Amino acid sequence: MLKTKGLTGNREALCIWGHFGQLPNCKAGGLCYPESMTDPSASLSFFARFWLAWLCFWRCLVSGDFARAVLPASRAYDAGQLNLLPSGTPAPAPTVEKAPPPPPALPPEREHASALSLLAMLQREGRLVDFLQENVAAFSDAEVGAACRTVHEGCRKVVGQYFTLKPVLPQSEGEQVTVPVSFDAQRIRLIGNVTGQPPHTGTLRHHGWVTSEVKFPVVSPAMDPRVLAPAEVELA
Amino acid sequence: MARYSIGIDLGTTHSAVSYFNLEDSKARGRAQSMLPIPQLTAPGTLEARPLLPSFLYLPSAQEFPQGSLALPWNKDASSIIGEFARSHGAKVPTRLVSSPKSWLSHPGVDRRSALLPWQAPPDVQRVSPLDASARFLRHLKEAWDSTFAQGDDESGNALATQDVIVTVPASFDAAARELTLEAAKAAGIEHLTLLEEPQAALYAWLEAMGENFRQQVKPGEVILVVDVGGGTSDFSVITVRDSGGEVELLRVAVGDHILLGGDNMDLALAHTLNQRLAADGKKLDPWQFNALTYGCRQAKETLYGDTSLDTVPISIPGRGSSLIGGTLRTELTREELDRVLTDGFFPVTPLAELPRTARRMGLAQMALPYAQDPGVSRHLAAFLTRQAQALAASHDAPVDVEGKSFLHPTAVLFNGGVFKAGPLKARVMEVLNLWLKADGGQPAKELEGADLDLAVARGAAYYGWVRQGNGLRIRGGTARAYYVGVESAMPAVPGFEPPVKALCVAPFGMEEGTQADVPPQEFGLVTGEPTSFRFFSSSVRRDDKVGVMVDDVADELARGEMEELAPIETTMPGQAAAFGDLTPVNLQAAVTEVGTLELRCLEKGGAGRWKLELNVRMKE
Repeated sequence: MLKTKGLTGNREALCIWGHFGQLPNCKAGGLCYPESMTDPSASLSFFARFWLAWLCFWRCLVSGDFARAVLPASRAYDAGQLNLLPSGTPAPAPTVEKAPPPPPALPPEREHASALSLLAMLQREGRLVDFLQENVAAFSDAEVGAACRTVHEGCRKVVGQYFTLKPVLPQSEGEQVTVPVSFDAQRIRLIGNVTGQPPHTGTLRHHGWVTSEVKFPVVSPAMDPRVLAPAEVELA
Repeated sequence: MARYSIGIDLGTTHSAVSYFNLEDSKARGRAQSMLPIPQLTAPGTLEARPLLPSFLYLPSAQEFPQGSLALPWNKDASSIIGEFARSHGAKVPTRLVSSPKSWLSHPGVDRRSALLPWQAPPDVQRVSPLDASARFLRHLKEAWDSTFAQGDDESGNALATQDVIVTVPASFDAAARELTLEAAKAAGIEHLTLLEEPQAALYAWLEAMGENFRQQVKPGEVILVVDVGGGTSDFSVITVRDSGGEVELLRVAVGDHILLGGDNMDLALAHTLNQRLAADGKKLDPWQFNALTYGCRQAKETLYGDTSLDTVPISIPGRGSSLIGGTLRTELTREELDRVLTDGFFPVTPLAELPRTARRMGLAQMALPYAQDPGVSRHLAAFLTRQAQALAASHDAPVDVEGKSFLHPTAVLFNGGVFKAGPLKARVMEVLNLWLKADGGQPAKELEGADLDLAVARGAAYYGWVRQGNGLRIRGGTARAYYVGVESAMPAVPGFEPPVKALCVAPFGMEEGTQADVPPQEFGLVTGEPTSFRFFSSSVRRDDKVGVMVDDVADELARGEMEELAPIETTMPGQAAAFGDLTPVNLQAAVTEVGTLELRCLEKGGAGRWKLELNVRMKE
């Protein structure tokens, strides 16, 4: 929950930031500071310092990285050891500017958006998240069973709609099967008394499942994948 | 030159699109291709499904995140059509437009005025029934174009250049057909033909059977098409004739417009179970009732599908996040299913038992004129009996009804999702065969192998190919005769309305692309002012020729032989003169290639011609 708040806060702050980016001496990306800042030995005018203070204030507020980078300088100032800071190293902010912008790492919720949207679909159709988050122990088997019908029917619909599932091995469970010499260890797992070289003969305990087709709906990037189910507020 | 023939089933509850590659120049047989229709299934989630639910949701500006309603062809879509409109609309019914087709054929309202959703709060931008239908057709058109006509090399595939066949219920009157055409034009469909749904269902069956159909239907057969869709029931009778050694299909009769369908049946079950829940002190909110209706549909299919089961449990999840704690349990028993559905909607009734109330009374009724009697059997009995009387009175009846108290079908073709339930088909056959037996006839058989959900769209696409001269074509022309009202010339008596006579302007069975004779009767039109005529139709007066005058219209209306439609109107061009010069005109009817009825005024002894507009609103 805290993380969510942090992220939204961040976004709002960036909007304000973008506004200041309109200043005439600004560089691409809205990261602006006076020219003199690039030379550490140059003296700073009051206005340049004022501007820097303003920047640092917002950057500390919105960027954890910036704050962490500034922290040593601030501590060194407190300790009166400002001159011990590595010289020749530009102030943290210019580092940000000069370093080539790293490829934006996708936040985890974007990287795994399809997993989240599958969870959202299972919740939408089959109330799976509601079911998993509820304390089953407090209810009788009959009550759990009744709710299970909703979950089973809805989730089954989702799985049937987007995946084509079939058993790895076509034989019935309990039958004798032969595992060939060059078997695919991803598809077949040997259990029990595993010894000797294939081919093996054994009893099929679980026929396994494999997805033969995946058809996933197109989900708009405008949606926040973290929201699995919106809160519903009924207006009278 | 069109590359494809595209069949659009614009249904009351679902729409579907099938297509036929005309360049392949052979029937598709059982492999009848359907267009997957992209639609929102949740905000920002786009999926292609073979059916597009006929629901339109009109959201408020901030209801959904920006961009989450975008469609591939419209990034700024501000309304929702299809699956998500249906599922979300169940929670916000005041912003949902459903059954647009039933509104389009409802003569009691002005179908061009923005009045839907019916119960909407004032801030909702309402739409007219015409506009709603146009939006569904546009969605289907865009779905086609975005699937098949994206690239430059595919420009010949654009829907605007294809032959499009839109199906309408056989019971649609002239004005409803005209409005369907108007909606299609508004949606950007250029080359359009209308086709009756039961005919489309038979075309789909013919295509699926291929040449085998000759073993199944022989000359002399009378095929009854029973089409019970989600919202409407539609009957047609088509006969097979031998015409000079060639097999010929002729549509003999169509039934009335009955607003009664599968959705009513699921609702009836839900109300039954809801009563039982209420007796136990459990009250359902509208959302839960919706879930109950859905549960009933599933339970119904399970019970009909597996005769060994006696009950099917139904779970109604609660609204809140507590799923287990909020779930209500109930069950549907076979006894209830048989009582409410099989016996309630398809009762075993004698032929003489007719529907309990009058036929459609469109006048001044504002909400949709749902059928008063849920008994499909009784509606069917009424249809077959009336048509037998009409055929008996006709000199040129295509089916012999002598000595029969109703029109005897020899074969039945089912259509509509309701008949996925085998026991309901069996019940219709049982009732029909009882009537046949009592009337000294042979039992009818069922035509097997129909696709109940998709047949109408598929048959429509196939019809596009048939129109080019391939395969068998169903003939029959208009299923009604049309009349204009003429006031009798008699001295005015206070408090007494002069009786109205009806002049036949379009006879029964006019083929597409033909025009009727000009009746000798003249009318005087006042220059520059609108003149309106009362307008009637009859599906049973088969022999009335153009110019025939029906004297006692009131009696015909009362007996259900005739039906009053919304009036027709024209304004003669020219300046309004102070003393209203009367220009003598004749009226002439034509059936366009599209399949709509057109009425014109022909100036007597002059070259002037004006189209008469079929009105969209009944005078109250």
